[in-house]
Amino acid sequence: MTDLDKSGAAPGEPTPAAARPPSAFLEVRDLKVHFPTDDGIVKSVDGLTFSLEKGKTLGIVGESGSGKSVTSLAVMGLHRASRQQRSKVSMSGEIWLDGKELVSADPDEVRRLRGREMAMIFQDPLSALHPYYTVGQQIVEAYRVHHDVDKKTARRRAIEMLDRVGIPQPDKRVDDHPHQFSGGMRQRAMIAMALVNNPELLIADEPTTALDVTVQAQILDLIRDLQKEFGSAVIIITHDLGVVAELADDLLVMYGGRCVERGPAERVFYAPQHPYTWGLLGSMPRIDRDQTDRLIPVKGSPPSLINVPSGCAFNPRCPYADVPKDNATRTVRPELRQVDGGHYSACHMSQEERERIWTEEIAPKL
Amino acid sequence: MFSYIIRRLISAVILLLIVSAVTFGIFFLLPKLAGQSTDQLAQQYIGKAPTPADIAAVKKNLGLDKPVYEQYWDFLKGIFVGVDYKFGPEAAKCHVPCFGYSFKTHIEVWPEIQSRLPVTLSLAAGAAVLWVVSGVATGVLSALRPGSLFDRMAMGVALAGVSLPMFFTGALALALFTYQWPIFERSDYVPLMEDPFLWARTLVLPWVTLAFLYSALYARLTRAGMLETLSEDYIRTARAKGLRERKVVVRHGLRAALTPIITVFGMDLGLLLGGALITEQVFSLKGVGAFAVEAINANDLPNILGVTLLAAFFIVLCNLVVDVLYASVDPRVRLS
Repeated sequence: MTDLDKSGAAPGEPTPAAARPPSAFLEVRDLKVHFPTDDGIVKSVDGLTFSLEKGKTLGIVGESGSGKSVTSLAVMGLHRASRQQRSKVSMSGEIWLDGKELVSADPDEVRRLRGREMAMIFQDPLSALHPYYTVGQQIVEAYRVHHDVDKKTARRRAIEMLDRVGIPQPDKRVDDHPHQFSGGMRQRAMIAMALVNNPELLIADEPTTALDVTVQAQILDLIRDLQKEFGSAVIIITHDLGVVAELADDLLVMYGGRCVERGPAERVFYAPQHPYTWGLLGSMPRIDRDQTDRLIPVKGSPPSLINVPSGCAFNPRCPYADVPKDNATRTVRPELRQVDGGHYSACHMSQEERERIWTEEIAPKL
Repeated sequence: MFSYIIRRLISAVILLLIVSAVTFGIFFLLPKLAGQSTDQLAQQYIGKAPTPADIAAVKKNLGLDKPVYEQYWDFLKGIFVGVDYKFGPEAAKCHVPCFGYSFKTHIEVWPEIQSRLPVTLSLAAGAAVLWVVSGVATGVLSALRPGSLFDRMAMGVALAGVSLPMFFTGALALALFTYQWPIFERSDYVPLMEDPFLWARTLVLPWVTLAFLYSALYARLTRAGMLETLSEDYIRTARAKGLRERKVVVRHGLRAALTPIITVFGMDLGLLLGGALITEQVFSLKGVGAFAVEAINANDLPNILGVTLLAAFFIVLCNLVVDVLYASVDPRVRLS
């Protein structure tokens, strides 16, 4: 992950931020996605910045409603769920994909990038695949949107992709409907469909949540193998730290539509710097932990995205909210501050306080 | 798929047998239960002042003295092989399919119905095309912009269409376009093969009025179905592929939203083919519906029985077609 927080006033670059050419393959800057509703403005994503290089994997972690799915949909240009919402949703910030800015781009231009340069895998492959069309028809369609080839060629390509993702007898199964596939096979087919155009960015939104535990590892292995083969950038969105533990190069922890911690995966895992990340780690079941220990849930429920708590959004649930004595946790929104290297955290506690709590109180319990 | 069709076909035949048995039972058993003797029943076939000998002859000829199940069997047999009646000296042949003779006119039931079928078929088919096209199109457009001016106006018109009875809209259409401004003059039905233009011209008003009633329902059904399918995950997948919005809506959205509409359409068309009673009355079309009304008014049991069975046949047939269509549209249906 590149060092973006300083970039707003990067030396030797007088051009305004909006016109500054991106340095990374995917750069998201100060992304905001707001949905006006009758009850108020839902700030699903409220100022998110990150970047991703080709061949790298970014894990975005957070609870339901933390804004992680909306982030991925916004990158794909799919945040407008329907035409009805098209006029209502407001998105600001910048999304640079391979030198092209997508937020201000013409929707039809973004559409042409969709499926070809960026593709997406969804959570539940049964509902994400059309029940009336065969798996082959759906892959063929995805291929022919972006390639001017006849159906036969596209069908050969579909069979080839099904074979590549490990579907046995792909030349026969290509004519099956999704309901004739098992859950794991459906997700494989979904992956085949996403990769049929060799996209450079693959977004996997909770790719294993709807699958059997035994199949989950297979799917994650498959995504990793394919990434190596195709060299694409991958974003994996999950609420399960275990999923990204081995896969991700970088981690981004989201809370209430904002990033609370990000950095290289091993740093975030082994020296987390935010109480919310501690909570996520504590609530994760682990095979190497004593069975008699109980999981430690994060108390309370995710914040309202309409009335986000003032100060640090996590403060009502944070056991350490009173550690900083100046009451800043409840009044001042914490900015991301550098811990070291590419590791950032948005917490009012001083680094010493966090280090102490982590080593003395949290780490021994994990 | 083939075994599925066979299964549906068998159950359709069984269903028709049950319907015919029940209808036969109602029409020939009920008079008996109501205290009408077979003599009185037989009397209806004869004119005024019947002699006991006449009655006995009719009873014997028509098998009215046999037990009900035998009469039903004869009735079924008549449909498939025809019946020979002996009325007095001359023999009368009731041709296949024989539904018996009318009490009043002493004409065979089936040829009479047959002569009226083209009117009803033309009416139903034309109206069906109109209402499906206009209803589905309106529904899709409304679903694409829910809450828009078009949506609210279309749904308002649809509400009017559903609420206004046929005898009102039909009479209104006649008053306006036949009497006030004689664009569509009143004329009798002209067979399609004779003069396609005149055929269409006589039927335009009934088509439009009937379609107005039905398309309202279809617009609302389509709109609801589209709103539901457009929020499905596979629509998002279709968009994620980079498909144009029109393809997303038609190929992925409408395709899925159409299945429940096919079901309703089968029912509606089946019902209508059995006779559009009110429409035919309003526009003085001599179709199956008008025939049914005449038969009921005249208390002409054989005619009522014939027209009822025909209506049942059309409903069963349309549902069979729907089932097969459904299976070809939604592959998951074939499993169960």
